[in-house]
Amino acid sequence: MATVVYRVGDDVSTDVIYPGRFMATVLPNETPQFAFADDTAFNGKLQAGQFPAGSVLLAGHNFGCGSSREQAVSCLKGHELVIVARSFARIFLQNAINLGLRVVACPGIEANVGDDLKLSEAGIVNTSTGRVYAVVPLPQSRQAIIDAGGLIAYTRKRLMSLGA
Amino acid sequence: MRMTVAEQILARASGLPSVKAGDVVEPKVDLAMSHENAALVINQFNDIYKGTNLTPKIWDSSRVAVIFDHRVPAESPKTATNQKKVREFVGAQSVSKFHGIRGDVGGICHQVLPENGYVRPGMVIVGTDSHTTSHGALGAFAFGIGATEMASVWALGAAVNIEVPATIKIVVKGRFKKFVGPKDLILHIIGKLTAQGANFKVLEFHGPTIEQMSTSGRLVLCNMSVEAGATAGIVPADAETERYLREEAGVAEPIESVKPDADATYDQVVEINVAKLTPQIASPHTVDNVKPIDQVLGKKVHQIVIGSCTNGRLDDLAIAAKILKDKKVASGTRMLIFPASGKIFRQALTKGYVGTFMQAGAVVMNSGCGPCLGIHEGALGDGETALSTTNRNFKGRMGNPNSEVYLCSPAVAAASAITGVITDPNQHQLGRASANSGERAVRPTHN
Repeated sequence: MATVVYRVGDDVSTDVIYPGRFMATVLPNETPQFAFADDTAFNGKLQAGQFPAGSVLLAGHNFGCGSSREQAVSCLKGHELVIVARSFARIFLQNAINLGLRVVACPGIEANVGDDLKLSEAGIVNTSTGRVYAVVPLPQSRQAIIDAGGLIAYTRKRLMSLGA
Repeated sequence: MRMTVAEQILARASGLPSVKAGDVVEPKVDLAMSHENAALVINQFNDIYKGTNLTPKIWDSSRVAVIFDHRVPAESPKTATNQKKVREFVGAQSVSKFHGIRGDVGGICHQVLPENGYVRPGMVIVGTDSHTTSHGALGAFAFGIGATEMASVWALGAAVNIEVPATIKIVVKGRFKKFVGPKDLILHIIGKLTAQGANFKVLEFHGPTIEQMSTSGRLVLCNMSVEAGATAGIVPADAETERYLREEAGVAEPIESVKPDADATYDQVVEINVAKLTPQIASPHTVDNVKPIDQVLGKKVHQIVIGSCTNGRLDDLAIAAKILKDKKVASGTRMLIFPASGKIFRQALTKGYVGTFMQAGAVVMNSGCGPCLGIHEGALGDGETALSTTNRNFKGRMGNPNSEVYLCSPAVAAASAITGVITDPNQHQLGRASANSGERAVRPTHN
């Protein structure tokens, strides 16, 4: 079971997820401290480790629009959040799959902070309301990358097969 | 064959006779661009080779470009150390298209690439920057990727598992009114499509207005296509593209152009007539919050910014200089101007624009991304408002979540600098600045 710990609206940009002034920080073990840095209440809870791994950040449409900065993905992955959004912006979705941040696109999702969600490939059940929502499968084109455990491992495998 | 420009380019780069939207392809990359975030790409690149007996080697160092622009000169020891690491790496890997912190060949990546002739029609270009869409202005298929994806491109020379995007055809007709231009057009389009209207799609620009538009203007359209979510923006190459490449980018080799098939399949066709378009403004805090200027006239502005990969080119500076000639930036307002490249800065010096700006009270700063993304200069104070020719106005974009950013054209920015409030340059010319203003316009103070 995954609990919704925070809810944001449509068009949340990577400037909001990971403000530009922290972009000189690139290492995945250093970026999580700046996740939603300008949202001091949420950032404080994240930094205090208040949310167990697998907690859900619930978003509206076009989550992660704007800059291609990968820190916006690594900072959320560091907190082991699952992002459930009505839809994702292209580059963010691509980066999430490449880095292995768990993302679920669920166009009709309705839930509130505190609701428990049951996530599966078949759909999302909001166990607090009993309602069921269809999920959009991740692009087939990226499945090989997911299966390999991310783009680094996938590329390594490809290189090794080229070298052989 | 029924292919759009994007489909033709992706088919050729993938070694296929034809592709259609939704196909998964692996196009060879002609040009792979990074800026300071090459520091992260290097980490990921080295990671790929861990546990193998292979030595990390860029597939083709002549196809990689690294341009410092986001934090130039470095604002902190951390950035300076990242830049040092990148310099050492590009040296070791013999990356020839490296543009560091220099007044001769430096500048913003999305200006440096076209002005050096690195961008050609029909190319597949990837960049670790979302505004890589800019290069579609020269008929290339150019899109933004993350640092890990770039590391994979550096290793393999191809972008793996790319889904061919559908294309929205935008047909533009009509003549722009005075002080209305490409920035107003693209803001209007983004407002119409919304921030997600073109997500996973390509915008392909057509029509007489586009045919008559300079490459500089086309760069504005393609640059901001990503603000509607687009994977890429493309203007099919034509006589103007050839003129730009020959005359401004010094390209001598043959230039091939890619045109869409007459029966190409489009996701949708959007027709726009610009004849009645007025200056457009994107209000805080999303780029698709676009309004005609008359709805925001008179809004007090503390900082005016002209520059960026969107509007820091010579024609942008020319129109601003024309408006600011013998005028003064209003007291209570500061104006920052960032030419998009060292080359443009020098042209602006020769033409006298820099002198005009400084006489007016503007601060002219070195080429780079400047305050656009709130990294190291031109931050806003609490409660302050900026009016900027840049491309994003998300909360906190200019370094302070307790401030707001409005986006506009260079003409609107320059006219507003004189009054200190959002001003229509046409009304300003007539001496009727901020007609519907609730606030009193600050009179320009001379000398």
